Amino acid sequence: MKRSTPIGDLLRLATAGSVDDGKSTLVGRLLYDTKSVLADQMEAVERATVGGGDPDLSLLVDGLRSEREQGITIDVAYRYFATPQRAFVLADTPGHVQYTRNTVTGASTASLAVLLVDARSGIVEQTRRHVAVMGLLRVPRLVLAVNKMDLVDFDENTYWRIAKEFFGLTEALGYPEDAVVAIPLSAKKGDNVVLSSENTPWYEGPTLLEHLESVPVAGADHAAPFRFPVQYVVRPRTDAHPDYRGYAGLVAAGTVHVGDEVAVLPDGQRTRVEGIDTFDGELETAHVGQSVVLRLADDLGVARGALLAVPGGAEPVTEFDATLAWLHEKPLRPGARLLLKHGTRTVQAIVAAVTHRLDTETLSVVDEPGELGINDMGQVSLTVSEPLPLDEYDEVAATGSFLLIDPQAGDTLAAGLVGRPLVARPLDRY
Amino acid sequence: MTAAPVSEQSAQVDQLDALESEAIHVLREVAGEFDRPVILFSGGKDSMLLVHLARKAFWPAPIPFPVLHVDTGHNFDEVIAFRDAVVERYGLTLEVARVQDYIDDGRLEERADGTRNPLQTTPLLDAIAEHRHDAVFGGGRRDEERARAKERVFSLRTAFGAWEPSRQRPELWNLYNGRHKPGEHVRVFPLSNFTELDVWRYIAREGVELPSIYYAHTREVFARDGMWLTSGPWGGPRDGEETRTMSVRYRTVGDGSCTGAVASDATTLDEVLDEVRESRLTERGATRADDRLSEAAMEDRKREGYF
Repeated sequence: MKRSTPIGDLLRLATAGSVDDGKSTLVGRLLYDTKSVLADQMEAVERATVGGGDPDLSLLVDGLRSEREQGITIDVAYRYFATPQRAFVLADTPGHVQYTRNTVTGASTASLAVLLVDARSGIVEQTRRHVAVMGLLRVPRLVLAVNKMDLVDFDENTYWRIAKEFFGLTEALGYPEDAVVAIPLSAKKGDNVVLSSENTPWYEGPTLLEHLESVPVAGADHAAPFRFPVQYVVRPRTDAHPDYRGYAGLVAAGTVHVGDEVAVLPDGQRTRVEGIDTFDGELETAHVGQSVVLRLADDLGVARGALLAVPGGAEPVTEFDATLAWLHEKPLRPGARLLLKHGTRTVQAIVAAVTHRLDTETLSVVDEPGELGINDMGQVSLTVSEPLPLDEYDEVAATGSFLLIDPQAGDTLAAGLVGRPLVARPLDRY
Repeated sequence: MTAAPVSEQSAQVDQLDALESEAIHVLREVAGEFDRPVILFSGGKDSMLLVHLARKAFWPAPIPFPVLHVDTGHNFDEVIAFRDAVVERYGLTLEVARVQDYIDDGRLEERADGTRNPLQTTPLLDAIAEHRHDAVFGGGRRDEERARAKERVFSLRTAFGAWEPSRQRPELWNLYNGRHKPGEHVRVFPLSNFTELDVWRYIAREGVELPSIYYAHTREVFARDGMWLTSGPWGGPRDGEETRTMSVRYRTVGDGSCTGAVASDATTLDEVLDEVRESRLTERGATRADDRLSEAAMEDRKREGYF
């Protein structure tokens, strides 16, 4: 039997910043200084740089015609680079307010976020909004990149003023002190991005890349309760496998062993895992992040949409509270009838009430806001047509998250987090 | 990227496992939510990887999708033979959309430059409509090109096949939204997060078979636009373009008229891996004339419904 190894630890990070904070330049600088830019890409950038001079590194990442025309990033772009220490997947997300939904997208899979500010303007509303998004989605670690330090003469006081304001925000959002760092840098000139800067002798911390290479990656939580949304029933009905029936899926949380008892949710019957199959052979154990096929001891009519879970959790409910990041131009009003996708199951949902909205300027909570508009984050009460086996997002993110979908147009309307993190956290303290 | 030190090795095994699990998850989501998916299959390395991953995703059942080849008519014989052998071996159903048919009956016109890659879009969209495919798997990767870097894993296309970058759906966690209206379809890219190096490393680990032209072989070529092109039904050297015989291999496989070979002595997988690690050119920049046409060549073709 093949021994299975847990899924490893490449660092997935997201970047966010306000318009003109130099985010694309920073990402371009990281790629360039880690030698991840190949010669033909660099030649294309040099050709496209206006007016000669140093190549405009932002052109390495702004790929769409309208992005280059407007000089801004519109859509989240994924970049790949590696150093001898670590491999990185970077979601480069746009700064402009109207594209905040892409910041939510980038943050949903990130284990670290880099937030950029312009040293001349410091923390602005977009920064607060982005920190709130990162905090709500529980991105485990944050880096504040205080960019354009060259334009404030590498002034230490400016750096500290901005850093302290930022630490106040992250503390209010519940971040422990060691999960947040602030780095003074210049993406354009390269100070403290990959190489330590001689211009900031007062700064003793790591460069951005040193930090990204050494920061502990929040390992997948193997101790979390086992959760397995069934994607597909494998039934070959071939001569070689006439009676085979297996349940294909990705382990969303925790670990499962052959012989473990599991509950089939939402119905609640119990059975045992008889085998864990993969193309490469049977496994004794499957970990979070692995795609496998489970065989069960009993034929319980399990289909796509079922959740296999360790017994005694994810109690199915039809009414619950959740926090939404609203991503669509069309506002959300109480009474709305929508579709809700949770794991591999899609059900009908009614928004019974919109109870709170987060004011991102003050990080305070507004009661009874009436509606949620695009880029708003708020608290709602939902009723669903069939019981859903939910976890609190703060406990098991994979089964505590869902999408809201427009039943007519099919658009994705909101990212949903089960629970009440908005009101549960002491946001008003700041 | 510099050569991988020993310490890199163990972490990368895990990384390939993670990429494989992600891709299998995507393949199964499509099998679970769509009625008539199809895999775009040219016999090239990325599409061969899709077929390999699909075998793993549904094992011990056979692959539950047909495969579709958009045939430009400008093929490498080795690749077509390989395509047919794979179809035979895994009992796949092969659909072929031929650019030549469209040129023969006048629905498409041969371009002045002889390149047929841009002509693939119409036969592709017609084949999707004819077979009523609602999901179309492509081997596209985000590291290939700047416009592709902004592509979703599930990419909604209008009835005209158009990609509208400003109207892309946000893609959160691994919850994919495949809802679409009649006539629309979804392009799905399970290899989104692979890099070229990951692809080769994974091919090596899994022992995935590829057409022979990916490995160094002796071929008569001529230089054009800084690439080594080969003669074929699409034409040969023009006046003043001299041919020479040398050792080359292909990094991508596309329309013969615009896919260039690179000078190479890499005859084994390990040698190819070393070459990819040390390469200072992207595979598209090095070998695809069509992607060099303008700053936004790929974006423009994608908007029209290209892969």
